[in-house]
Amino acid sequence: MKQKAHRTLHVNGEETEVAFAPHKTLLEVLREDLGLTGTKHGCELGECGTCAVLLDGKPELSCLVLGLECEGRAITTVEGLADGPRLHPLQETFAELGAAQCGYCTPGFLCTAKALLDEKANPTREEIRAALSGNLCRCTGYIKIYEAVELAARRRADSAATPPKESVYGRT
Amino acid sequence: MAGRKVIGTPVRKVDGLAKCAGQTKFADDLVFPRMLHAKLHRSPVAHARILRIDVSKALKMKGVRAVLTGKDLPIPFGILPISQDELALCLDKVRFVGDPVAAVAAVDEDVAFEALRAIEVEYEPLETILSIDDALSTPEPRIHDYGDEGNIHKKIAMEFGDVESGFDEADELFEDTFFYQGNTHLPMEQHAAVGTIEPDGKIAVWSSTQTPHYLHRALAKVLQMPPAHIRVVACPNGGGFGGKSDPFSHEIVVAKLALVTGRPVKICLTREEVFYCHRGRHPVLMRVKTGVKKDGSITAMKFRTFLDGGAYGSYGVASTYYTGALQTVTYKVPRYRFEGVRVFTNKPPCGPKRGHGTPQPRFALEVQLDKIADRLGLDPAEMRLRTLHPPQSTTANWLRVGTMGLAKCIEKVVEGSRWKEKFRKLPPGRGVGLACSSYICGAGLPIYWNALPHSGVQLKLDRGGGVCVFCGEIDIGQGSDTVLAMTVAEVLGIDPLDIRVVFGDTDLTPVDLGSYSSRVTLMMGNAAIQAAERAKDLLAQAVAEKLKVPVVRLEFAGRRVFDVESPSIGVSFAEAVVLAESKFGTIGTVGSYTPPPSPGRYKGAGVGPSPAYSYSAAVVELEASPETGLVRVDKIWIAHDVGQSINPVLVMGQIEGSVYMGLGEALMEEQVFREKRFGVHKIPSMLEYKSPTTMEMPEVASYLVEDPDPNGPFGAKEVGQGPLLPIPPAVANAVYDALRVRVDEVPITPEKVLKALRSKDKRFGPTSIPEISMPEPLRVKTPWEGGTGSAESGEYVRSWKG
Repeated sequence: MKQKAHRTLHVNGEETEVAFAPHKTLLEVLREDLGLTGTKHGCELGECGTCAVLLDGKPELSCLVLGLECEGRAITTVEGLADGPRLHPLQETFAELGAAQCGYCTPGFLCTAKALLDEKANPTREEIRAALSGNLCRCTGYIKIYEAVELAARRRADSAATPPKESVYGRT
Repeated sequence: MAGRKVIGTPVRKVDGLAKCAGQTKFADDLVFPRMLHAKLHRSPVAHARILRIDVSKALKMKGVRAVLTGKDLPIPFGILPISQDELALCLDKVRFVGDPVAAVAAVDEDVAFEALRAIEVEYEPLETILSIDDALSTPEPRIHDYGDEGNIHKKIAMEFGDVESGFDEADELFEDTFFYQGNTHLPMEQHAAVGTIEPDGKIAVWSSTQTPHYLHRALAKVLQMPPAHIRVVACPNGGGFGGKSDPFSHEIVVAKLALVTGRPVKICLTREEVFYCHRGRHPVLMRVKTGVKKDGSITAMKFRTFLDGGAYGSYGVASTYYTGALQTVTYKVPRYRFEGVRVFTNKPPCGPKRGHGTPQPRFALEVQLDKIADRLGLDPAEMRLRTLHPPQSTTANWLRVGTMGLAKCIEKVVEGSRWKEKFRKLPPGRGVGLACSSYICGAGLPIYWNALPHSGVQLKLDRGGGVCVFCGEIDIGQGSDTVLAMTVAEVLGIDPLDIRVVFGDTDLTPVDLGSYSSRVTLMMGNAAIQAAERAKDLLAQAVAEKLKVPVVRLEFAGRRVFDVESPSIGVSFAEAVVLAESKFGTIGTVGSYTPPPSPGRYKGAGVGPSPAYSYSAAVVELEASPETGLVRVDKIWIAHDVGQSINPVLVMGQIEGSVYMGLGEALMEEQVFREKRFGVHKIPSMLEYKSPTTMEMPEVASYLVEDPDPNGPFGAKEVGQGPLLPIPPAVANAVYDALRVRVDEVPITPEKVLKALRSKDKRFGPTSIPEISMPEPLRVKTPWEGGTGSAESGEYVRSWKG
C-alpha cells in the first residue's frame, strides 16, 4: 500500500490538513483530495496554463508542482478569489463581458490576471498580453479577456466604469 | 427593435458567475462514492489485424475491477445511420494509432494505467494508408469492407445546369488547385465521461458531449437496452467546436463498465488521446474551374474535392457534401458542378469542426476570386459586390436564400479598413486581403431520417413567478443557456435571471438535436418562443378576466402584466401565474421547431438547406517578411450578418473567437502524422500543436450587420461558425498583396512563403489532382431553367413533409 503524506496546506486563507500520495501534483491534491475542482487541467504537462493557481501571490502551473512542495506557501485557487460572498472584480468583469465562454480556461486566466493587477494597478494592453501569454483559450480569441482585465482595473478607481461601447456592440 | 426589453441587450450570461467562481461542474469534476477510474488501451499500430488479446494479467492485478475487450461490446455504431462502422473496442482489426482495443476499470487512475501495460495484444500488420493518393492507389487491403470501392468511402457527382456551355460563354477560364490541411478542435477540456448505475439497472452517462440525444441512441443500440433505461446528461462542455459531437468509445465503455462492476466509473482522456479522438477538419485537395465574364460575373463553376477522411465514417458523408454545398449562396453561380471523393486512411477520423466541410472550399473559392479580380484588373471588393447572390431567391443547387446582408458586410469592412487606400498600395511586405463567406443556421435535416421536431422546449411556471425552462440543448461556451433564458424572458416580460435553465438531460428535457451546425439559437429559439407564447396566452386570459381588460391590451414587461392603455392597472408576473394556475391548473407549456422543407429533392439535397444563412466579410492587414517568410497579422476587420443579435456581447465573443480559430488554421494549426513511422501523430501535445497565443492574436474590429430574418427567432441568425470562414482566404489574399506570391495551401507557414518566393511561378501549392473515374453526375435543372428541384434521373430525396 502506498504511504500517504499527511500535510497541512494553506489554501484560500485556511489551514487545511490533507493526506495524499506523495507523488501527486498540487493540481491533483486540490481536485482529488481537497475537492477544489474549480482548478482545471488541459494537458497536465505545463503547456496550456489552464491549471494556474497562485502560490504566494504568483501564478504557477499546479500540474508542475508537487503537493509536497507547497507546504508553508499560500495557495490561492479560483474558489479563493472572492471576498466572502463578494466576487473579485475580475470575476465580475469576466462574466459581464463574456470573457468566460466555455469557462474552462477561466480559473487559470483569473488567477494569472489577479497576480498582474496586484502588481500593476493599470496595466497596458501590451502588459496584459505578455502576462497572459502562457494561458491558452480556444473560445474567445483573448479579446474579451483583455477587455475584462482592463475593466476590472478601471473599476478599482471608478466602480461605475463601463466597457467601451464598441466592445459590446461592435463598431459602427 | 422597438419595445424589446431583453433581446439585443448585453445581459450577463446566466452561467457566467458560476464559471468565474469555479462552480461549474464539467464532466471530470464529478465525483461519486465508490467511483472507479477507467483507461483505454489504444493501438500502437496504424493498420493491423488483432490476432490475440490477453487481459489475464491485467485482471489479476490488485485494484483492477474489470477489463473489457471488443467481444464485450460487439455492436457497431456511428453518428450517421449510413456509417455504422465503429466499435467501442476493436474486435479483429485496428485502423489507426490510437484506436481503442481494451478498457480497464480500477480503483484509481494509477492502477488503471499500470493495468493497461499488462494487456498483451498481438497484431499482424497490414499496409498502412496515410494519404489521399495512397488510398486511391491501394484498393487492398480495404480499411473498411463497405464504401463505394476499395478505400474510397464516398463518391459524389452532381451537376446543376450545363456547366460546359457555361464555360463556353465565359470570357476567361480559371483553373486552380488548392490544399487545406487538416487541423483539430483542441478544446481546453479533455473529453470526460462518468457512467453510473441505479439499483434497478437503469444507467446514466454524464459526459462532455455536444449531442446528448445522439449519444443516447448510440448507447441504446450498443448496450442493447431500452432508451428509457438510459439517461444521458450532457455536462457543460469545456469547448467543443464540433469535437464532441460524435458518440465516442469512452462514453460507451464507462456505461458498460458501470453495468459490469455495479459502480460509478469515470474516464478522462489524456491530451494525447484527445488528438486521437479528433473528428476535426478534413484535409481537402481541391480543383476549381470557373468561367467568368470580363466584369467578374461567373458563368459556370466546376468544383472537385478529395477528402482525407481518416479511419472511420464519422460525419464524413455529410462533410463531403458540405465541401460542395455552400459555394452557391454568396455569389451568383448560374451553372454548377460538384464532384466529391472521401477516402479512408489509417489516421484518426475526421469529422465536423467549426464550419464543417465549408472552410476548405471557401478558402479555394475566395482565393480564386482574388486571382480572377487580379487578372481582370478589378477591385476584389467591387467585383464581389457586383456578383452577389440576390436575397429571397433560390441557388443553382436549390438552396433557399432568405435575407442576405453580405453587401453591407463588404461595405463595412472596406470602409473600416480604408481598403481603397491600401489595396495594392502598401509598401512591399505589407498587404491587405479580403474574403467573404456564408454559413447555415442549422442543418435543414436531422442526422437520422424522421419527421420529428429538431428542438423542443418545455416551461414550468412557479407560483412565486419563477420560470423553469427545459431543453435538451447543451452550452459548449457559445451561450445557448443564456439565449434560452433571454428568449423566454423577452416573451414573458421577466428578467433572464428569474429563469432556471435545465439543459441537456435525456431524462428531464425534451430533445434538442445538439450543439452543431449552428442550429441552436434559431431552432431552440423558435421552440422557446412558441412555448413562452403559449404560457403567455394562459396568463393573459386569466389576467384579462381579473382586470376586465381585453387580452389584446395586455402587455408583459418589467415582471408585470398590465393594461397598455393604463399601465397602472395590472398585476405582478407572480400574481398572473397564480391567477392562471387557479383558472387552468398547473401551468406548463411546450414548444417545438421543425425547419421548413427545402425545395431541393435530388439525392444529396439534404446537405446545405437551412432556414437561413449568415454572411461575413473580412479584411486582413498583415506584414510578411520576404527574408524569413514570417507572416504577422496586424489587424482584422470583420462584419457579420447575424440577422438580429440576441445578446450583442456574446455575438462579439463568437465573432472574435471565430476569427481567432480561423487565424490559427490560416497560419499554424495542422494535424499531421509521421509517414515513415507508420502514422504516428507528429505533435499530439498543446506545446507542439501550434495555436495562437495572446502574442499572435491581432486587434479585431467587428461590425454587426442586423437585417432580421423572418425564419430566425426575433430575426436572429447564427454567429458561432460563419465568421471563421473568411479568415484563411483573406490571409492568403493579403500575403499576395504583400509579396505577390500565392500560397494556395493552408496553413501558410514561413517555409511555404519562402518556397513560393523562390519558385519560378511565385506560387506554393498542389499542382495536380488524382486521376479517378467518377460516376455520371446526377443532373438537376436549375430554378431558372424551369427545374423542379428533382434530378432528371436518379433518386428522389426522401421527404417527411409530403
